[in-house]
Amino acid sequence: MITNTTQRRAAEGSKPLSLRLNYRAQRYLFIYLMLGIPVLYFLLTRLYPILYSFNISFREWDVLSPEKPYIGWANYTSLLEDEAFRKSLKNTFLYVVVGIPGQLAAGLFVALLLQNVKRLRGFFRTVYFIPYITSIVAVSWIFRWLLMPNGWINGQLLSLGLPAQPFLQSPDQAPYVIALSMIWQSVGFQMLIFLTGLEGIPKMYHEAAHIDGANAWHRFRYITVPLLNPIILFSAVIAGISYLQSFAHIVSMTQDGGPLNSTRTLVYHIYKLAFKSFDMGSASAATVVLFVIILAFTLLQLKILDRKLDY
Amino acid sequence: MNRIHNIAKPLSLLAVVSLLLTACGGNNSDNAGSSSSSSSPSVASASPTETTTASGDSQEKVTIEYWQYEYPSKVALIDELIKQFEEQNPGITVKQTNFPYDQYNEKVATLVPAGKGPDVINLYYGWLPKYVSSGFLQPLPESDFPAAEIESKYYPFVDAAKIDGSYWAIPTAVRTLAVFYNKDLFAKANIAEPPATWEELVEDSLKLTEKDSNGQFVVEGLAWEPGAQLHHWYRDGLLPQAGGQDLSEDRRKILWADTPAGLEAFQYLIDFAVKHKVGTTGVFTDDVTAFKTGHAAINIDGSFRLGSLATDAPDLNYGIAPLPSYKNKSAPSSYWANAISAGVTGAKLDASIKFLKFLTSKEVQEQWVDKVGELPAQKEVATQDKYLNDEKLGPFIRQLDNSKAHFFIDETGERTLFVDAANEVLLNNVPAEKAFKDLVAKTQKLYDDYWAKVDKK
Repeated sequence: MITNTTQRRAAEGSKPLSLRLNYRAQRYLFIYLMLGIPVLYFLLTRLYPILYSFNISFREWDVLSPEKPYIGWANYTSLLEDEAFRKSLKNTFLYVVVGIPGQLAAGLFVALLLQNVKRLRGFFRTVYFIPYITSIVAVSWIFRWLLMPNGWINGQLLSLGLPAQPFLQSPDQAPYVIALSMIWQSVGFQMLIFLTGLEGIPKMYHEAAHIDGANAWHRFRYITVPLLNPIILFSAVIAGISYLQSFAHIVSMTQDGGPLNSTRTLVYHIYKLAFKSFDMGSASAATVVLFVIILAFTLLQLKILDRKLDY
Repeated sequence: MNRIHNIAKPLSLLAVVSLLLTACGGNNSDNAGSSSSSSSPSVASASPTETTTASGDSQEKVTIEYWQYEYPSKVALIDELIKQFEEQNPGITVKQTNFPYDQYNEKVATLVPAGKGPDVINLYYGWLPKYVSSGFLQPLPESDFPAAEIESKYYPFVDAAKIDGSYWAIPTAVRTLAVFYNKDLFAKANIAEPPATWEELVEDSLKLTEKDSNGQFVVEGLAWEPGAQLHHWYRDGLLPQAGGQDLSEDRRKILWADTPAGLEAFQYLIDFAVKHKVGTTGVFTDDVTAFKTGHAAINIDGSFRLGSLATDAPDLNYGIAPLPSYKNKSAPSSYWANAISAGVTGAKLDASIKFLKFLTSKEVQEQWVDKVGELPAQKEVATQDKYLNDEKLGPFIRQLDNSKAHFFIDETGERTLFVDAANEVLLNNVPAEKAFKDLVAKTQKLYDDYWAKVDKK
C-alpha cells in the first residue's frame, strides 16, 4: 500500500520521500539483493579462503603449532626440490593431455552414433550415462579386482596367448590405466552434452551440403565440428578442470599414488601435505601453483577454442 | 506488477534481516566455540557447574572430552569404561568423540586450531613427535606418572613416547607383529611346524606357493605388501634380528647402513618377491584380503588383525607363531597411547589425570584384551597364564620382551620411502644396494629436516 502511494505521488509530480525509491529501483534492489546473498556466501566461503591460502603459503604453517612465522618464498622453493611434487605435476599434466582429448573424442563418437539411431536410443544413453553417476570408489575397487596381477583381465589375456600385464603395479602403465578409467567414467557426461549440441545443429545445413556434394567426413569437418565449437569449449574446460583436480581415483585405485608416485596427482599431493604431514604452508603453496595452472589453462582454452564462427 | 511490487518490499526487508541474523549467529557460534576451548576451561565449565551444583553438590562438576578414532570395539568399550569411571568419580563427566581413522589427523588438524580440541586424546605413537613438536600436548605430570615407574612396569618400547626426557603419552594396550599362517595350506604342503628361522621361512614359503599354468598366483607362500606391515617388520624385526641398529641414541641418525646387517635384512625382504617369487604386490588386491580368502599361506600381520579375522573369516583355520628369528629375536610393536592436550589446566587437568590413571589400570587393561583383543601394556598384566596360554594371544605376548617400536618422526613419509625403495628394486630393476642407499639417505633427510625444525624452537 505504501508503494502505491509512492507511485501515485510520483505520477502526480510531487517529490517522493528521499528514502523511498521508485518502482524500478525497488525492483532492481530486490533482484540484486536476491542475487547478492549467494554471492556474499560465496565470498565468505570461497573467495576469502582462497585469498587466505595465499597468505598461508608464505608461512611455516604447521596446523598444530600456535606460531605461524612468515618465511617468504621458502615453501615454494622447497616444493621445487620436492621430487614427489614435480612428479605429481608431471602426472597431472599427463592426465590432462591424455584425458581431455580422449574424453572428448569418446563422448563425441558415442553421441554421433546415438544421433543416428532411433531404436534403443534411450537405453544406450542410460547405459553410457550410468558410469558417470556411479561412485568413483566402487568403480575403482572393481577395476582393482579386474586389473590385479592374477585378476580377470590378465586371465583373459593369458587365455588368448598374450603375456600378463602388471597394469596398476607398473609405474609405466598405471597412469594410463587411471586416465582410461577416468575417461570411461565420464564418457556418459560428454555424450549427453554432445547429443544436446548435435540436436542444436539445424538439419538443413547438412542437407544443403549434401546436395552440394559434400561427403560425410566433409560435413562432419566443416559443419558439425565448427558448430559444436561452443560445446567443445565447454566440455574441454569442464574436463580440464576435473582432470587437474583428479583425486578420488588415485586414492581408491592406487596405493598412496604409487607405484613410485607414478599416479600421484597435484591434488593428492596437496592432500598429503596438508592432512598427513600437517604442513599447511607447503600445501597452500602447492594449491596456489594449482590455481595458477588452472587459471592459465582455462584462459588458454578460451583463447584457442572460442573462435566466433558465422554461417 | 503491483502485486510483485507489494511482495518485493517485505521480502527484501526479510532478506536484509535474515542476513543480519545469520551474521550475528555466525559470530555467536564462533564465540561459543572458542570459549569452550581448552584455553579457558573454567569459563567453559562454569555454566554446567551453576546448573548442577544448585542441587547442593559442593564439588564442582567437570566435563572432559576424550577423542579416539572410530574402531567399533574400542568405542563400545570406552563408553562402558566411562560409565565405570563416572561411578567412581561422581564429579567428572567424560564425553567421547570419534572420527574415522583416515580422517583422524585431518580432524585434529582442523578442529584443534579452531579451539575445539579434546582434553584427553588417543594417538598412534608414531604421530607423537609431530604432536609434541607442534606444541599440542603437555608432558604427563611426573608426580602422577613417574618416569621410573613407567619404565619398570611397562614394556620397554613404550619409551618411544619419551621425548625431551619426559613421557607425553601412555598406552593401555600394545600390539606386536607375528606370523599368521594358514593351517590348511600348511597341512596340504606337509609342513608340520610354522617357520622359526629366516631360512625356514624361505623354504616354507617356497613350498607353499602355488601358481597356475600361466604362472599366476593361486596361493602366495608369503603375502608381500611393503606398504602394509612389512616396512615395520624391516625396521623393528629383520634389521635388529640381523644385528643391525635402527636409530642413534639421540634419535637423530639412521644407522641402517652402519653395519652390513641393514642391507642384508633389506635384501632378505626384497628377495621374497624378486628372487623367490613367493608373493608380490597387488595379488588379491592386498595381503590381508589374500590371507583372509586363503590365497596367502603366510602373512606378517599384527595382533590387531585377530578381531577382524574373527568377524570376516570365522572359518579360516589359521595359527599364530612368533616372527622367525635370525641372529637375534625382535618383533615390531606399536601402540595407541593417551595424552593430555596442552591447554588443559586446573580442574580439567585433575580430571584428565584421573581418567588417564583409570585407563591404564590393571582392570581396564584386562577388559581391553577381552573386548578389543589388544595386548596389555604392563608386563605383570600381560604375562598372566590366561593370556600366555592362549593359542592366539600367547605368541604375541611372548614376543613383547623382545619387541621394539621405531621412533617415527613422520609415519607416512617414512613408509612411503620404504615402499618406493622396494618398488625400485621390484619394478625398475634397480640393484638392492642402490635402492637401499637411497632409502637411508632420504630417510636421514626426513630426520634432519625434523630435527632442524625442533632445534629452531
